[in-house]
Amino acid sequence: MPSKENPTARETNAGGRLFILGPGGAARRLWSVYGGYALGFVSLFLIWQLASLYVVSSVLFPPPTVVFSKGLLLVRNGVLLEHLAASMQRILAGFIAGSLLGIPIGLAMGSFWPVRKLLEPYTEFLRFIPSVAMITVAVIWFGIGEGAKIFLIIYTTIFIVILNTAAGVSAIAPNKIRAAQSLGATRAQIFFHVALPATVPYILTGMRLAMGNSFTTIVAAELIAANDGLGKMLWDGRLFMLVDEIFVSLVTLGLLGFAVDRMFRWSIYTFAGKYSPAT
Amino acid sequence: MPLVSFHNVEKTYRSLQGVEYGAVEHFSVEIEAGEFFCLLGPSGCGKTTVLKMLAGFEAPTAGHILMDGRPVQGASRDRGVVFQGDDSLYGWLTAVENVEFGLRMRHVRKADRRERAMHYLELVGLRGQEKKYPAELSGGMKQRIQIARVLANEPKMLLMDEPFAALDAQTRSLMQEELANIWHTTRTTVLFITHDIDEAVTLGKRIGVMRAGPRSQVKGVVEVALNGARSRTDDVFLQYYKQVYEMIRDEVAKAIARAD
Ligand SMILES: Nc1ncnc2c1ncn2[C@@H]1O[C@H](COP(=O)(O)OP(=O)(O)OP(=O)(O)O)[C@@H](O)[C@H]1O
Ligand SMILES: [Mg+2]
Repeated sequence: MPSKENPTARETNAGGRLFILGPGGAARRLWSVYGGYALGFVSLFLIWQLASLYVVSSVLFPPPTVVFSKGLLLVRNGVLLEHLAASMQRILAGFIAGSLLGIPIGLAMGSFWPVRKLLEPYTEFLRFIPSVAMITVAVIWFGIGEGAKIFLIIYTTIFIVILNTAAGVSAIAPNKIRAAQSLGATRAQIFFHVALPATVPYILTGMRLAMGNSFTTIVAAELIAANDGLGKMLWDGRLFMLVDEIFVSLVTLGLLGFAVDRMFRWSIYTFAGKYSPAT
Repeated sequence: MPLVSFHNVEKTYRSLQGVEYGAVEHFSVEIEAGEFFCLLGPSGCGKTTVLKMLAGFEAPTAGHILMDGRPVQGASRDRGVVFQGDDSLYGWLTAVENVEFGLRMRHVRKADRRERAMHYLELVGLRGQEKKYPAELSGGMKQRIQIARVLANEPKMLLMDEPFAALDAQTRSLMQEELANIWHTTRTTVLFITHDIDEAVTLGKRIGVMRAGPRSQVKGVVEVALNGARSRTDDVFLQYYKQVYEMIRDEVAKAIARAD
């Protein structure tokens, strides 16, 4: 939380970088944080536009203007939102379930070494089998319905969350635990009031990485076995040579990923200031 | 009967390569109830090791440590610890929340614990800083939060590991004075670790001087018969300073020679 005396101290440190600001106040601060993004995106689309008009002028590489008007059309007739919602629902369901399973397992592995020794063979073995490789098995087990996709997202989420959570527990400074012990805290209190909050930034980082992987997995799964979703949209685009739609799907994935990741970074930052593992 | 006694305590650490290092050996000392005991010694001689064993964080390899006639087993709220360094503070709690942590664990009512925490924050000169997080405070301020956190918990005994080492000279004098006052009013038993002779003579009722490691022990104990305010310019103060200095001089030389 920003302190009352110095409300800018935290905001100016957005994202861990220190912005050195001259006088000018809120407007300038807003500009320094978001202006860069705006400029970056504008230049990205500008270069794309120029490249598709003058460098690789081809129907196979539509300029952003065409992609956006196609995108707008697909938003109006509801097709894009339908695919987007289908993918997002799968990601969210699997991601939430995977995190809810992964966090307690990671906490237990980090806290009790017998649990760690017992579960490490599972995590260390399974995490090297990419979720994309599990698509075939998932489809055989769960069919082409929602079950297979949610299973895959859980699979892709859980190991990263477990690993990061356990690493976070091991990274707690022993003196934090010792201080609590000599202040009279019970084991349960130490768990909930010290170990858990000290691990929050690591948990969030694990979830952030898992969310990134979920995008890869869901697109791959939908390419192979789905009736809707952004991956299905890509596949149909290839089948029926709807190049514009392929690009709409790609841009949507990019923007969606960007937005979700920003949300995570923001929450990690909000917690990390407070829940800083170092101090 | 002394409040705390170390009997032939030995602590041997084993490094990751399997090499054994005897930090302390045949370490014996007694601390009376209500006493301000300073443990003085060169860097690396085993002061923190002694404190960790009395706190109950680490068990001795041999010998025993008694408090109130019972062996020390694990940490307890009887022995409040001020750690060397600031990694024991909770970065997700504000200054005042850190100070009231012990009270919260004992389910003291919110208004009561807040009042007590604010009292101790004021005592260490941090009034007005209570809403800041540790990351927003200076090294010296963080150290004072640790002190307030321990005092607010009202332990039977205070274990302080070089608590003022990170403070500037002025703040350190003020804090020493404040701690002396607190001790005079509460008469809480204190084990105070320092490597600063001046600090030891200023605060200690007795000063245990440790040998250089390895296998360190108490070389001798100096009883400081000074009452009330101690002034660095007093002849008696200087006499004690010299006495302790003579004892520790060779040990510091040995410690430095071994470090080469
Ligand atoms: N966990 C440990 N494992 C191995 N060796 C250790 C461990 N803790 C301390 N030692 C060794 O024991 C000796 C005493 O360490 P200790 O921390 O007690 O010194 P100290 O007197 O507190 O020094 P300082 O004044 O610098 O804080 C040192 O040589 C140190 O290397
Ligand atoms: Mg030490």
